Amino acid sequence: MIVTPGWYMALAAVLFSIGGAGVLVRRNALVMFMSIELMLNSVNLTFVAAGTGLGLIEGQVAALFVIVVAAAEVTIGLAILVAVFRGRATANVDELSSLGG
Amino acid sequence: MTIGDWLTESANWAFLFLAIPTFVASVMVVSSRNVVRAVLYLVIALGGSAALFLMLGAEFVGWTVVLVYIGAVIILFLIGIMITRAPLTKSVDLSHPISAKAPAALLSVLLFGVVAWAVVESFGLETIPLPEEATRTGEIGLSIFTSWVIPFEVVSFVLLAALIGGIVLARKDEPAEVP
Repeated sequence: MIVTPGWYMALAAVLFSIGGAGVLVRRNALVMFMSIELMLNSVNLTFVAAGTGLGLIEGQVAALFVIVVAAAEVTIGLAILVAVFRGRATANVDELSSLGG
Repeated sequence: MTIGDWLTESANWAFLFLAIPTFVASVMVVSSRNVVRAVLYLVIALGGSAALFLMLGAEFVGWTVVLVYIGAVIILFLIGIMITRAPLTKSVDLSHPISAKAPAALLSVLLFGVVAWAVVESFGLETIPLPEEATRTGEIGLSIFTSWVIPFEVVSFVLLAALIGGIVLARKDEPAEVP
């Protein structure tokens, strides 16, 4: 009896929820990005655990694609943050409310 | 199977040894009051999950996480902290006030319930042993370049677009030169 993929998936579900809580609770855009990275990484863990459990290589391939998209996402997110910071001098998402009425 | 049986297996100890620091570091990422510390806790969380990938036999994914996340993304975050002049010590307005945390906690628990239900629903509680051997990186390359060539090309275009978009978005708008 050894650790089975289910344990990894349970851990991934916990990490995903922690990341989701971080996105909801934080109001600094940078730390929200970090929480999103946590969520994406837990999804990778699920992909790899499922692929290993089912004996498929596609789980790891999907995880690699997720890593690439996460890197692109963080690049664009930080570029947007820099552009916003140049106009507003804040990274606090609560103060970026000009779209609201 | 009892707890005692479970604890006699060394792989379980290795799992706990990696999973508990990963969990604690993730909690600290979303609760730390210091931005730089949050980034450094993210390093621990990502390093723990990279080691978990290695334990799952996914060597290439594990080392890619080390290179891309810990190597590049963490540096990007630190540069972001520098550029947005986030306070390097404790900051008061990093999180929402307590009144907003209760719905967030509720939503997070609901999220966990949905994800856990989906996993149990699709995989059940049956035990699938992990393979003894690591996946060879060559197999992943073969899979990417035979079955998944088109997604691979699409993802390379996504990276190119992110590269150009990052430069365009973050560049200062120079006033147009008058000849």
